[in-house]
Amino acid sequence: MRLSDTEVVDTFAEAFPMWGARILITAESPAWAHEAARSLTGFATSVIGCKCEAGIERELDPSETPDGRPGASALLFANDREGLAKRLVERVGQSVLTCPTTACFNGLDAEETVDVGGQLRFFGDGYQASKVLDGRRYWRVPVMEGEFLVEERFAVAEGVAGGNIIILGRDVAEALRAAEEAAAAMRAVRDVIMPFPGGIARSGSKVGSRYSGLMASTNEALCPTLRSQAPHTDVPPEIGSVFEIVIDGLTLEAVREAMARGLEAAAGAGASQVTAGNYGGNLGPHHIELRGLVPGLRD
Amino acid sequence: MPLTLSLREQPTVPLEAGGLTPDLLAGRPRGEIERLTVWEGNRRARLADFFTVSGDGDEDLRVDGDLGRVKFVGAGMTGGRLTIAGDAGMHTGAGMRGGELVVEGGVGDFAGTGMRGGRLVVRGSAGQQLGGAPPGERAGMRGGEILVHGDAGEQAGAGLRRGLIAVAGSVGDAVGLRMLAGTIVALGRLGAAPGADMRRGTIVAMSEVTPLPTFAFGCAYRPPFLRLYLRHLRALGLPVTDEQIEGRYGRWSGDSLELRRGEILILETT
Repeated sequence: MRLSDTEVVDTFAEAFPMWGARILITAESPAWAHEAARSLTGFATSVIGCKCEAGIERELDPSETPDGRPGASALLFANDREGLAKRLVERVGQSVLTCPTTACFNGLDAEETVDVGGQLRFFGDGYQASKVLDGRRYWRVPVMEGEFLVEERFAVAEGVAGGNIIILGRDVAEALRAAEEAAAAMRAVRDVIMPFPGGIARSGSKVGSRYSGLMASTNEALCPTLRSQAPHTDVPPEIGSVFEIVIDGLTLEAVREAMARGLEAAAGAGASQVTAGNYGGNLGPHHIELRGLVPGLRD
Repeated sequence: MPLTLSLREQPTVPLEAGGLTPDLLAGRPRGEIERLTVWEGNRRARLADFFTVSGDGDEDLRVDGDLGRVKFVGAGMTGGRLTIAGDAGMHTGAGMRGGELVVEGGVGDFAGTGMRGGRLVVRGSAGQQLGGAPPGERAGMRGGEILVHGDAGEQAGAGLRRGLIAVAGSVGDAVGLRMLAGTIVALGRLGAAPGADMRRGTIVAMSEVTPLPTFAFGCAYRPPFLRLYLRHLRALGLPVTDEQIEGRYGRWSGDSLELRRGEILILETT
């Protein structure tokens, strides 16, 4: 298939369920809200090594936040509900509670909830106090700066992880430019994050390794330097560099929308080829076909 | 047309009408509603002796007339919406657990006592012991919200355990007397001795007030939670200003005769 001058491989991204939460952070300035969100979502590129995947969803205008201050919205995903609850407590505790002027709120509407503020309140060492407004409980934790406000319970819901597109170019510059354009276009989609640095991963992995104990290792079939060395290659002769954009989302529709925007942007930026990663359809229940993803695709 | 009760005859002594709640009247035939018992002093009477019933019984109930001598209107209601198009007497909304009770006029003493949920809105003024404790009980209101657009009398929020009381006008002496927790927001003037014997909870004062000597000043700051409360109250129609939302508040801890876990937050004026 082709989209403009870009070849699009007739394949699919294989995505799977993961539990997600939305964290709203507010602060006295957009800069401090962003700083807390950046810290909260740091070292959270892949569940393989970070126990969770996280990213900043978008900046929030004061009119969109519970306390009318500037804010940021972040999404955090983990393999199961319990793991997600632990990561939320750890990360809100270490990255938001500690950050000047911030407050932290649940930003998701879902039936299931986990206790976050109710755990962090103990930092108050008995001086903490709670407030209940409109059926939601908040904890006021005294800190040296003043007071940290955190909502007690955060909603969690089953989302979709592992949506992806893979962008191939003749060299690093071409492939990276296309990937940057794709990631930028995808950031406009609500309910998704791209957890890798700048949204882009250069080290797409395969499951397993020749070394026991390693859950994942380099995907040699997409490494241009191994084209003539690996037993199988998916790298065409003219390709010199490959990047992957991984997408986690609260809904399958949002992940699909992000993939579509990324595919269009990558093609518009001159990517030589766009494909998607899967495990033969054996791992994840969600198969997002590139065919039909955007209207301009032609055989 | 919602179910409407119109007071056509003023009772000679206070009338107790505890059953006037939308959840109790919902779906009942008109004849059955007219036969409901009310008490005029110690005399048993029928609802129809004082009220004309019209409309259908649903989740909305409207009562027209001056109910200043009718007590316990909306007491114990658990859901729906009750509108009183005039004044209401003592104990209005006492023991409410849910729903919304809107009084277009004022309410008498003891409104919202023992409330556990729902919202009581008073467009006029309230008497004494707003959201206070039922007779013989230590704890006052245990949940829900009371919003008063006018003034409130003495001992508003006495024994308050949980919930929110907000008053747009002035509040009488001893607001939050012996309060256990919860939040009281006084947008107007505040009487003497706020928070006397309070254990926990918050009293927010937008006017100058001198706390009792058993309260100690901590610092002036912008309490993050207060932004949520004030924005919430503004959304519900109370006259909250940007200066109040953005302002700094002096924090006084007390009452040291009790746990000293309560606080009075006083808006700093420039």
